[in-house]
Amino acid sequence: MRLLTARLAARRRSRLAGPIVLLLGLLLTGGAYALLSPAQAESTGSDTDDVAKGRELFLVGCSSCHGKNGEGVVDKNGDNYGPSLVGVGAAAVDFQVGTGRMPMANPSQQAPVKRVAYNDEEISQLAAFVASLGPGPAIPDAEKYDPESIPEDERQEAIVRGGEFFRTNCTACHNFAASGGALPDGKYAPSLLGVEPRHVYEAMLTGPQQMPVFSDDVLEPEQKRDIIAYLQSIEEQPKYGGTTLGSYGPVAEGMVAWIGGIGVLVGFAVWIASHTARSSRKGTKA
Amino acid sequence: MTDLVHDPNNPTTAGNPDAVAHPVGDPGFAEHRPRPTDVDPAAEKRAERQIATFFGLSSLMAILFCVAYFTFDIGDDPDTILGMGASNVTLGLTLGLALLFIGIGAIQWSRKLMSDTEIVEMRHALRSPDEDREEAITAFNTGVEDSGIARRPLIRNSLLGAAGTLLLPVIVALRDLGPLPGDALYHTVWKEGMRVVNDVSGSPIRPEWVRIGQLVNAEPEVFYNPEPYDSEPIEGHHLLAEKAKAALILVRMQPDDITPAEGRENWGVDGILAYSKICTHVGCPISLWEQQTHHLLCPCHQSTFDLADNGKVIFGPAARALPQLPLAVDDEGYLIATSDFTEPVGPSFWERG
Amino acid sequence: MSTHAKTAAKPAKPSRVGAVANWVDERAGIATAAKKQVRKVFPDHWSFMLGEIALWSFVVLLLTGVFLSLWFKPGMGEVIYDGSYEQLRGLHMSEAYASTLEISFDVRGGLLMRQMHHWAAMLFIAAMFVHLMRVFLTGAFRKPRELNWMIGGVLLLLGILEGFAGYSLPDDLLSGTGLRIADGLVKATPIVGTYMSFFMFGGEFPGDVIVPRLYIVHVLLIPGLLLALIGAHMMLLVYQKHTQWPGPGKTEENVVGYPMLPIYAAKAGGYFFIVFGVTALLGGLVSINPVWRYGPYNPAEVTAGSQPDWYMGVAEGLLRIFPGWETEIFGVTISWNVMLPGQIFPMLILGGTLLYPFIEQWITGDKREHHLLQRPRNAPNRTAFLAAMMSLYGLLWAAGGNDILAILFNLNLNHITYFMRVAVFVIPPIVFWLTRRWCISLQRHDHEKLLHGYETGVIMRSPEGAYSERHLPISEAEAYYITAQEPEKVYELPAETDMNGVANRKARAMKLRARMSKYWFGDNVPRPTREELEAARLHAEHELAQHDPDGHQHLPAGGYTGSHELDGHPVDGHQFDGRHSVEGEELRKH
Repeated sequence: MRLLTARLAARRRSRLAGPIVLLLGLLLTGGAYALLSPAQAESTGSDTDDVAKGRELFLVGCSSCHGKNGEGVVDKNGDNYGPSLVGVGAAAVDFQVGTGRMPMANPSQQAPVKRVAYNDEEISQLAAFVASLGPGPAIPDAEKYDPESIPEDERQEAIVRGGEFFRTNCTACHNFAASGGALPDGKYAPSLLGVEPRHVYEAMLTGPQQMPVFSDDVLEPEQKRDIIAYLQSIEEQPKYGGTTLGSYGPVAEGMVAWIGGIGVLVGFAVWIASHTARSSRKGTKA
Repeated sequence: MTDLVHDPNNPTTAGNPDAVAHPVGDPGFAEHRPRPTDVDPAAEKRAERQIATFFGLSSLMAILFCVAYFTFDIGDDPDTILGMGASNVTLGLTLGLALLFIGIGAIQWSRKLMSDTEIVEMRHALRSPDEDREEAITAFNTGVEDSGIARRPLIRNSLLGAAGTLLLPVIVALRDLGPLPGDALYHTVWKEGMRVVNDVSGSPIRPEWVRIGQLVNAEPEVFYNPEPYDSEPIEGHHLLAEKAKAALILVRMQPDDITPAEGRENWGVDGILAYSKICTHVGCPISLWEQQTHHLLCPCHQSTFDLADNGKVIFGPAARALPQLPLAVDDEGYLIATSDFTEPVGPSFWERG
Repeated sequence: MSTHAKTAAKPAKPSRVGAVANWVDERAGIATAAKKQVRKVFPDHWSFMLGEIALWSFVVLLLTGVFLSLWFKPGMGEVIYDGSYEQLRGLHMSEAYASTLEISFDVRGGLLMRQMHHWAAMLFIAAMFVHLMRVFLTGAFRKPRELNWMIGGVLLLLGILEGFAGYSLPDDLLSGTGLRIADGLVKATPIVGTYMSFFMFGGEFPGDVIVPRLYIVHVLLIPGLLLALIGAHMMLLVYQKHTQWPGPGKTEENVVGYPMLPIYAAKAGGYFFIVFGVTALLGGLVSINPVWRYGPYNPAEVTAGSQPDWYMGVAEGLLRIFPGWETEIFGVTISWNVMLPGQIFPMLILGGTLLYPFIEQWITGDKREHHLLQRPRNAPNRTAFLAAMMSLYGLLWAAGGNDILAILFNLNLNHITYFMRVAVFVIPPIVFWLTRRWCISLQRHDHEKLLHGYETGVIMRSPEGAYSERHLPISEAEAYYITAQEPEKVYELPAETDMNGVANRKARAMKLRARMSKYWFGDNVPRPTREELEAARLHAEHELAQHDPDGHQHLPAGGYTGSHELDGHPVDGHQFDGRHSVEGEELRKH
């Protein structure tokens, strides 16, 4: 937001030169900024306040599994009951809580997506608290993950590149159409359809649950953004060939061939070989 | 039990010993009952109109097909109906209905208007009559006798030999279907000092960039940058063939979690290990890695490997552990291989040993 | 053609059609050939049309395949894609994949034809399967049709190979993964595996020749063989004439049904359009093999849910559930985990299928000709065997899609595999036993019906107050149908004295045969003899007479004016059993 307005202001200055206008422009910008996003202005203004509030929320909602200071809880067999959150960063909190995965309703193989339990402000407070436990990835800025930020003339190439990264890094678990796939022991890679770009980005950045990490140093931010752009493009593309059967591949197609194909054709065969209605009248004309 | 002899001139079953034993007499055909269309001229007219309507609808659909063909755009900005490709859906619907209506019309015609009295056809004996068999055998024997193939073993045997030898050119001529395997399956492009790079982008990797729980789908640098390795550019199907052997998964785990086998203690860099991406079962590329359990699952046949335990198979149809690639860091701080794989990668083969 | 011939038989009429027919007949003598075939009789039953689905989908395959071949480029040379599909534009890919995208996005109706071709292929093989099951269940493969059974088995195998070659052509990620697995299967062949792989792919996998090689196999070699064998299959069918269900007027000596012209020309021709039409609807409405979403083949990429088409699902399931057995001995590797499920088992299944008629013939010793079909219940072991095989097939099929099952039904992938490893040994025998018992109890039910009549649902109260259900004899036609089964004989061991000097092995084989024959027929309910039926009839009439000294008294008050005797028996309320129409009775009319 700030960047955008600054850029606008810069442009205006270049057109209407003069120190007064500059001053006016800056004042306007600042005023509009303060009016439009008071919450954000507040949150940036009082970090320590957020951490304290986040800690309160954490003690109530998270500490039973993750420990009072986010150090993690180990059960008597030495297994991780709730992992340590030191160093997972604000991005992990924003993803886990923001998609409703956390807090978990009950311990299980995998935390499923549920209704989100906290509002945006609370999530950012929790994130601030967890971020204060140790250095970790921060919540990314919008231009890092938002495909809208790709210039129009580069978009097509970015989508193609994103497809290449997607097929190399993602399809093995999430399937070619991003509709999800099975993992060992009842775990699964979830569908990526309809997931917020920010959450997709954060998942790659932090590696939630069994998903591996794809750090920004190796899979660079614009490459991640390209992947998100590709995902959006295949989600928005028309279903060229008709209904897609959930995009699960040939298994679903086989079921349709048997039920919708052979089933219907056998139905026709039964009709062809069946006898038509008979008349009770004795044949006179025939 | 002797074969039944069917006499087409005697349609009754009286001559059949089995038929005599039949405990219930054949009641014969049920009385034929006419259809409404047989006795009611109005019904007949109705059926006629119904069938003609089907054929008419078919023509209509065929014309609509042509309209749809020219109406709906395909290409990079296709028209859509309910989110589906408009051209495909309308062409399929119109063509499908055009065909179905012809089919339904024709079948209704046969059901309603064509005669529905069953008719009887007699079967004939399948075997040839005895005299025909005799004649055939005699003719055959005469021919064989005339050729003298039985009396002249020299000719017969040399002919058989010649025909047999002709198989050799047939087999030999197929030799150039492909080159001999040689030692191709024992080597990949990996060699000492080759940098490990991220797949697709081709950028080299520093160990500190790889976090605990990270997976990198990696390739040898020579695919992207052949010069440092004194190699020709690898392109086209050569690239695919080399990729099919050299593809790598690079992961980082807590060093304490790893139990390296003897001699492999130095194959990792701070918990970073590299394994072949090609399944040892039938060769699918594997990259479903669970960062917490360290298990790697093949999406084709579900073989599961434990990367913290030398790539050992813990589930599924694969028999052999995934080959590991020894890693080190070069002067500039990037990850490199210290040698090629120490065993053939990918599916097992006979002479692998 | 045949209509012309018919007209040609009456050369008196100098019509235009007649002139053409005359012209042809004077050169090819078609009238003689056509005179019998034009009114050839086909028996009418829905299950006789299953093979037709396969035949017509083959025709659809030929038509749509020709269309596709006008654009498809079976090459593996690398090109840079610049077609309409934006998500792949600018990528390196093979000509085969690029031209498949062109057919899908830049040829109007191309995607429809591609999808129809693929759906028709799925239907072709599925229809061959259901046709095979029908032939098996009804015993239609028995003498004299063993040869046609074997041709059918080879057709099924060729159809599956043709399908595999076809879906490998687009060179997308999924088909390339399939070829990669095929390469793994070939490499597991003892001794010559690596050589076979290198010769197939023209070097190291994937090479640059496999697509053009598969293309010529797919469009020329296998279709040619399929056409020739379908021709032989049909010619034998015409020569031997169709089998038919037993029933009044239907014997081993005749065929009862409707004539080729006009009834079957309309029915079979109409069915062709229906098969074609259903394929077109599927192709228009349901997406199949969206190659653009898989991307071009890259041996370092794979997608979750990598599956073959359904007909390879059984081989896939076998590969998935097989334990990881491998032997390294004398410096060589034997991959049991690939060789057994991928090479040996499919060959055993095929061999068993082709030889089945002879195996059954050896057990039953039945060398008679059979043109009347057997009801599945009357051959309990055969029916049970097929049911067991179907359960095995279904289990392996499910095992081949275990990842999809896991994701769709929230199951544990590993548990499905462990379950299947046990189930393939446990469930088919249970299914066999259950089906066999079920068939035998159906036979007993038939026997009951023959001797004691059917249950009318009419409850009678005797003067003493006892209740009983009234049974009435079944119709003569039904009795004839039920008893149509030919008498059968258990193979008996030849007398011991005959065996002097006979090799021991042969004696053991004969003992085995006798034991199997006994198991085959042992529990069958023999059909009643004429005398038994007569005695039962007399008994029933006696009973009826006792209960109903003057049958007319029990008539319902509301004017039942139909015949007072039905099927020769006094009326006692059974007219309301649903098998007879009753005038003035409205309840059953809907």
